[in-house]
Amino acid sequence: MDRKIQVPISKEDAKSLKVGDYVYLTGTIYSARDAAHKRMSDSIAKGEKLPLDMEGNVIYYMGPSPAREGRPIGSAGPTTAGRMDPYVPTLLDMGMGGMIGKGKRTQDVVDGIVRNGAVYFAAVGGAGALLSQCIKSSEVIAYDDLGPEAIRKLEVVDMPVVVVIDSEGNDLYKIAIEKYKKD
Amino acid sequence: MTREVDVKLLTDNIKEMCIEATHFLTPDMDAALKKATLEEEAPLGKQVLEQLQENLKIAGKEMIPICQDTGMAVVFLEVGQDVHFVGGDVMDAVNEGVRRGYVDGFLRKSVVKDPIIRENTKDNTPAILHTEIVPGDKVKITVAPKGFGSENKSRIFMLTPADGIEGVKDAVLTAVKDAGPNACPPMVIGVGIGGTFEKCALLAKKALTRNVSVRSEIPYVKELEEELLEKINRSGIGPGGLGGKTTALAVNINTYPTHIAGLPVAINICCHVNRHAVREI
Repeated sequence: MDRKIQVPISKEDAKSLKVGDYVYLTGTIYSARDAAHKRMSDSIAKGEKLPLDMEGNVIYYMGPSPAREGRPIGSAGPTTAGRMDPYVPTLLDMGMGGMIGKGKRTQDVVDGIVRNGAVYFAAVGGAGALLSQCIKSSEVIAYDDLGPEAIRKLEVVDMPVVVVIDSEGNDLYKIAIEKYKKD
Repeated sequence: MTREVDVKLLTDNIKEMCIEATHFLTPDMDAALKKATLEEEAPLGKQVLEQLQENLKIAGKEMIPICQDTGMAVVFLEVGQDVHFVGGDVMDAVNEGVRRGYVDGFLRKSVVKDPIIRENTKDNTPAILHTEIVPGDKVKITVAPKGFGSENKSRIFMLTPADGIEGVKDAVLTAVKDAGPNACPPMVIGVGIGGTFEKCALLAKKALTRNVSVRSEIPYVKELEEELLEKINRSGIGPGGLGGKTTALAVNINTYPTHIAGLPVAINICCHVNRHAVREI
């Protein structure tokens, strides 16, 4: 089913999404990848405040290429989500509404998604030029020294993603293989 | 007769080739993706492939890299034995080409100086340079920027002779199924069989730079490439891992003599952005 969803995402919207739904996201999301997750995790361990409030926010696992003049961002497709998994259950328990990435997640992450009524979206890996067109503005809000790994606040319009793990823990990657394998 | 080649030529060409490879697919890759887009039947899988077609159009027209992971720059130099490089250090010239390509071309700098300390070098150097001495007085340059979503899913298996060709098939299928959606399918699978540990990995890497529409000249290898591609495409993983019959576009296998005690198999997985540019100077 095709859906249009506002981000940050409400609990009701997150729970209404089902695995396989094709979703267009509009609103504000934040990019963070390996190094930013490590820093946020260190901050949490020290009891420091995070650079963004997790509540309802959707994190995009993405490190862009540099923007050419006059453009908000360069190529901006998803990176492999699984590398962030060790840090994710904590962020979900802090209210993170969803994630955008690509690839498989651990059971700990799936459990965290179910426990908190969150959602995991996949954007098409390797479609960075196309996805960049949905990003209307980009602003580094933390960890500028990390270059492409800094945390960016992104305004997106109709960003195309697919629900891969829904709030009930259904996993599209597993369902798809069962449906399409021919052995 | 010795031919003098100024290393500045390496720098200038490599700079342009880094930019070319990250914005435009080679004609064989482009054709393979177009064919897959027409033939895929799974609705979500087809939608992914159509997005990739649109992505390639935008990348070329607006000069936005096809993928934001513009990779670590792998450079192969096949140097004619009659070439004498002048004007500086070859490694420096290669790195200068990569530096200019990535800085001037708005490509992402994805290289850290130390694998543990992890400080970004900010210009995507150093390159990974492989050199080979060949007959003649020309230099063939191949620039193959490699993204790590797929590189991370690559494997090497030190099989035994008793494992035989069935062991090779199992190794390849294990690696591909484990990679699944993480490696941005449809993938291209580079396989090395034989040699030593490091030679085998290099065979697999080089196999990725081979034309995806051309099969091996060795009859059993050609059959193996075709059989593995069919098996991979029956796995159901599909484009983006969202299901379908297009999981890989090609399996390219290179072989080399090996030791009586061994059967090394390396699987270098590449995403659908299987980038390379080739020039001869």
